[in-house]
Amino acid sequence: MSKASTSEPIKTDAVIIGAGPVGLFAVFELGLLDLKAHVVDILTKPGGQCAELYPEKPIYDIPGWPMITGEGLVENLLAQVKPFHPHFHLGERVESLTRQQDKSFRLTTDVGTVIDAKVVVIAAGGGSFESKRPPLEGLEVYEGKSVFYLVRKIEDFRGKRIVIAGGGDSALDWTLNLAPVAKSLTLLHRRDQFRAAPDSVLKMKALAAEGKIKFELGQLHALEGEGGQLSRVIAARDDKSEFPIEADVLLPFFGLTMKLGPLANWGLELENGLLKVDTEKFQSSEPGIFAIGDINTYPGKLKLILSGFHEAALMSQAAARIVNPEKRIVFQYTTTSTSLLKKLKAS
Amino acid sequence: MPKITFIEPGGKQRTVEAPVGTTVMENAIKNGVPGIVAECGGACSCATCHVHVDEAWKEKVGPPSPMEEDMLDFAFDVRANSRLSCQIQVTEDLDGLVVHTPAQQG
Repeated sequence: MSKASTSEPIKTDAVIIGAGPVGLFAVFELGLLDLKAHVVDILTKPGGQCAELYPEKPIYDIPGWPMITGEGLVENLLAQVKPFHPHFHLGERVESLTRQQDKSFRLTTDVGTVIDAKVVVIAAGGGSFESKRPPLEGLEVYEGKSVFYLVRKIEDFRGKRIVIAGGGDSALDWTLNLAPVAKSLTLLHRRDQFRAAPDSVLKMKALAAEGKIKFELGQLHALEGEGGQLSRVIAARDDKSEFPIEADVLLPFFGLTMKLGPLANWGLELENGLLKVDTEKFQSSEPGIFAIGDINTYPGKLKLILSGFHEAALMSQAAARIVNPEKRIVFQYTTTSTSLLKKLKAS
Repeated sequence: MPKITFIEPGGKQRTVEAPVGTTVMENAIKNGVPGIVAECGGACSCATCHVHVDEAWKEKVGPPSPMEEDMLDFAFDVRANSRLSCQIQVTEDLDGLVVHTPAQQG
């Protein structure tokens, strides 16, 4: 849970992009071979899709578990990797990946964390989770100027006419948090019910009753403004009638979706938006950069968590040969190897 | 076997055969129907398989469950005939079903 560090690069054996089940298991397999790992994920918690999309849904095809929930699987994996003390960089998106003169890789995140690693393991699943963008004409002109998908500093919104669109926890939480600093605040939602903490809903309704905020029934329809500066949000009611809301900023909160993101620009060979790998090492077209789990493709690929686990094990053998070329790898079982047992119990 | 017709915003239609007991979403994915993303694979947790049920079929298909209605909050251009296609199960009664895919899923 490291914060933005801008100066000294972190040095490690392996950096894993993606803290989903496969990325987590990679920590374990690399750890057995004495490789230390840092893990970066755009979500603020580990678990990837298991945590974000289906924490409570049962999974039936994890070997040895007749049934386990997404959340349960993540909990178990975190316990399993604990002896190897992985460092997590959560809520960070990897922006760039470059090879340095000494052949190691330098990875930079959107908050300025710099990690130098001998190998890179891309376990990014369906890509990175990013905010859903409403289908509004000319939206991109306003994005980053007067349309935002997250609030970094509340002060930036002081004195503004704010429109928040959506009915989930993010929409409600930011309505409550920004109301005190806003010049005016309108919450726009398609119905009078909310998929949010009941307490937040009560507080929002109280603010609306006191006239401190406005709640409008409707959906985003269009944006008006100039040079990226919003002046009005046009909303539409169910009967298709439209109405304007004066606005300086719009915050749409419609959940997350998966996008390939910056890794599409790293020069790695792609096939249908997936990273091509071999099935011996699960290495991408760039030696030293591996891809495991749903993000990769090869003949016969199945997008299953268990396939990702297998890929993590084989990838680790190849990664260890790059990180410690002089060291002979002896194949060992965790059940009987005294050295492996020592590592596993070291915590 | 029941048939389902998907109509894109541009008007392009495609009709697929849909076995009873499967979901409308599964048939869209199996047949590569554009406009249905189904990111979560049918767990009713992403709202990227949103469709507008044709008015003629609205009654027969029925309304969304409360959980699905909640999830629709994360879709765009939600209307009275909006459903998540992973939550519509194909029955003999739905033979001939027509659904419209929205301009954007997410």
